[in-house]
Amino acid sequence: MATSLVVSEVFKSFTMHLRDGIKLPVVKDVNFSVASGECIVLGGPSGIGKSSILKMLYGNYAVDAGQILVSHHGRIVDIATADPRTVLDVRRHTLGYVSQFLRTVPRVSALDVVAEPLVARGVVAEEARQSASALLSQLNLPKELWGLPPATFSGGEQQRVNIARGFITDHSILLLDEPTASLDARNRRVVVEMIAEKKQKGVALLGIFHDEEVREAVAGRILDVMQFSPRKAAA
Amino acid sequence: MTDAPLLKVNAVSKFYGQRIGCKEVSFDLWPGEVLAIVGESGSGKTTLLNCISTRLLPTTGSVEYTMRDGSVRDLYHMSEAERRFLMRTDWGFVHQNPADGLRMTVSAGANVGERLMAVGNRHYGNIRATASDWLTRVEISKDRIDDAPRAFSGGMRQRLQIARNLVTGPRLVFMDEPTGGLDVSVQARLLDLVRGLVNDLGLSAIIVTHDLAVARLLSHRMMVMKDGHVIEHGLTDRVLDDPREPYTQLLVSSILQV
Amino acid sequence: MSPEVPSDQGLAAYNFAYLDEQTKRMIRRAILKAIAIPGYQVPFASREMPMPYGWGTGGVQVTASIIGPDDVLKVIDQGADDTTNAVSIRAFFQKVANVAVTTHTKEATIIQTRHRIPEQALSEGQVLVYQVPIPEPLRFLEPRETETRKMHALEEYGLMHVKLYEDIAHNGRISKTYAYPVKVAGRYVMDPSPTPKFDNPKMHMSDALQLFGAGREKRIYAIPPYTEVVSLDFEDHPFEIQRFDKPCALCGAENVYLDEVILDDKGGRMFVCSDTDHCEDRREHGHAGEMLARQEAAE
Ligand SMILES: Nc1ncnc2c1ncn2[C@@H]1O[C@H](COP(=O)(O)OP(=O)(O)O)[C@@H](O)[C@H]1O
Ligand SMILES: [Mg+2]
Ligand SMILES: [Zn+2]
Repeated sequence: MATSLVVSEVFKSFTMHLRDGIKLPVVKDVNFSVASGECIVLGGPSGIGKSSILKMLYGNYAVDAGQILVSHHGRIVDIATADPRTVLDVRRHTLGYVSQFLRTVPRVSALDVVAEPLVARGVVAEEARQSASALLSQLNLPKELWGLPPATFSGGEQQRVNIARGFITDHSILLLDEPTASLDARNRRVVVEMIAEKKQKGVALLGIFHDEEVREAVAGRILDVMQFSPRKAAA
Repeated sequence: MTDAPLLKVNAVSKFYGQRIGCKEVSFDLWPGEVLAIVGESGSGKTTLLNCISTRLLPTTGSVEYTMRDGSVRDLYHMSEAERRFLMRTDWGFVHQNPADGLRMTVSAGANVGERLMAVGNRHYGNIRATASDWLTRVEISKDRIDDAPRAFSGGMRQRLQIARNLVTGPRLVFMDEPTGGLDVSVQARLLDLVRGLVNDLGLSAIIVTHDLAVARLLSHRMMVMKDGHVIEHGLTDRVLDDPREPYTQLLVSSILQV
Repeated sequence: MSPEVPSDQGLAAYNFAYLDEQTKRMIRRAILKAIAIPGYQVPFASREMPMPYGWGTGGVQVTASIIGPDDVLKVIDQGADDTTNAVSIRAFFQKVANVAVTTHTKEATIIQTRHRIPEQALSEGQVLVYQVPIPEPLRFLEPRETETRKMHALEEYGLMHVKLYEDIAHNGRISKTYAYPVKVAGRYVMDPSPTPKFDNPKMHMSDALQLFGAGREKRIYAIPPYTEVVSLDFEDHPFEIQRFDKPCALCGAENVYLDEVILDDKGGRMFVCSDTDHCEDRREHGHAGEMLARQEAAE
């Protein structure tokens, strides 16, 4: 199967200028790739750098060194060095991301929050809303909530809006940071189904799942992030 | 992705005598892109904005602009007539203080209609209908069309100023602290409105703000300024979530959550 | 200056038409420039005149600079030749220029006016000199002189329509009735001084030269003969002049500008020509309005 994402010799540290410039190494020499139709799960204890890796792949965190190559519109883009405009275009068309928390926008309804990534890609609003409705139904979000801004929703409700928003497009790569953390068993199973569908469609998925059951169900392979820990190397 | 930047800023510097207003600023702005310029007061944000928008002549540097016909023009070498025409058709400028951008003594309708009349629209009924339409879009009730902005609240005035600027379908809008003088609750509404309009109209915008939350909500990219220099520049969420420079870290840490 | 000048020429022999030759030359230069750029306000070094501002010092300086011994001068104020203002300006020029004066529009070579254009169509060779209080049409919305000059220079006249828009928005129609802005020769927007808009069409393609002098504001502008003068308006609110229901009560003239005259304290009133010379001329030629006919019947 085609390789969608290649991470090569990536290093990441944080320099805390407000704390005497101490340098906090996070990960070193990260190497892996994700193929189309595959779901790789990042494993390892909390604080080891799993979320940081996803954020680097998404362009949200800078990298110190290395390459993050994605296949975008038939060419290879290195997220590590791409200019902001290219990163945004990759996010719009190729690379999706479901974070742990929904960043709410005041006064925009849940339905429109979900539909937005499609609208941003030029899909007409009505069509985008239809797709959004289908996903919100699938995720069992009460219909009464669709027209309301999600700011006042419970954690689980917000999470489902967030998942729907992340899954609505046909991005070829999806990054998932604990999307099932605050969901009940029923909705966790829905997400597992949705991931299976994405795999079937050839999407490359990379995720963090704490829930054992979910992890077992979706992971084609578990990548232990511990191996990239600079602390381990020092020890 | 279009293949030409809308605006190309090349090494723009402005000195006020010995003092630096802004120094050696370069960047490209692409169609549909929103750039936030952040920094504390006195860091050179407004100087830079005024230079780029030709309201101020820089000491050195150049700015190229891609006109509607695709030709690229050097803004500082345009005739004043052309530049002013550009400013009231293809550009917008939203001032922090609405009184600086509005005609306070004429009606809301005339404020919105002025640019239409300036470009030769001579049909009262059409001008009024367009003005009324724009008032609705910025959430001002149509029945306020004949009231002067003096009778409006701060938030309404700011929304009116936005309508007045957008009525000619500009491609580029400059905003200087657009939420600056407003109450927090009013700010949220305005931001939301601006965000919606920018998205719907596919506008390019340069927004000066000291408020990182505004930058987070509205911009794709941001530039951090300090003492007239751009010290950090990148994707907005990257700069806010993984600030590299000491000053940017200080800025980000000094607010609770953005 | 020759000592043999007959003494009955008095002041006229000292400095013809009051102003010294240097000043007149300066003002003539401004006038020539104004004629060359129709509707453009030319600055000039306005002099103190022996009359207060508001009495037409701008118009008087223009007249003084163009008048010659052979000219025949007519002075009107709101259409009348016999108001204090008109009488004293006429007297002033008789004294300082020793020129012939008239009340007949046709006989005059120079007509100085405040707030009217004669009803009798002007002819080639005649000069109409307007007294102007505020020359800048853009001032009401843009008080900064630097900015209004720039707006003229760049032909940015949207603001004029903003004012007309406001008029319609608040009154349902363009309610401005005098000093109604015009565009001259397709270029400069101009304030025609506080003449009623009824007179605006007379400025268009006039056979006469029209000169405007603003003394306090030190500006001169002009409309050369046969120049296009268009009153600003909207497509759906076209420019219209005032219409009067009745003809002049004295001479029966229609399509002229009428003034209201109160006859008694019981609400009796009549409408008569504001142009007194025109009215008299018509009556001399046998025209009679309703009021005149009634008087004659009573006699
Ligand atoms: N924006 C940031 N600034 C500074 N340090 C950070 C930032 N994000 C993460 N870190 C640090 O990087 C390390 C890895 O964190 P994270 O990627 O969240 O781990 P995980 O997701 O595996 O729990 C932690 O020490 C964390 O405190
Ligand atoms: Mg994490
Ligand atoms: Zn009469």
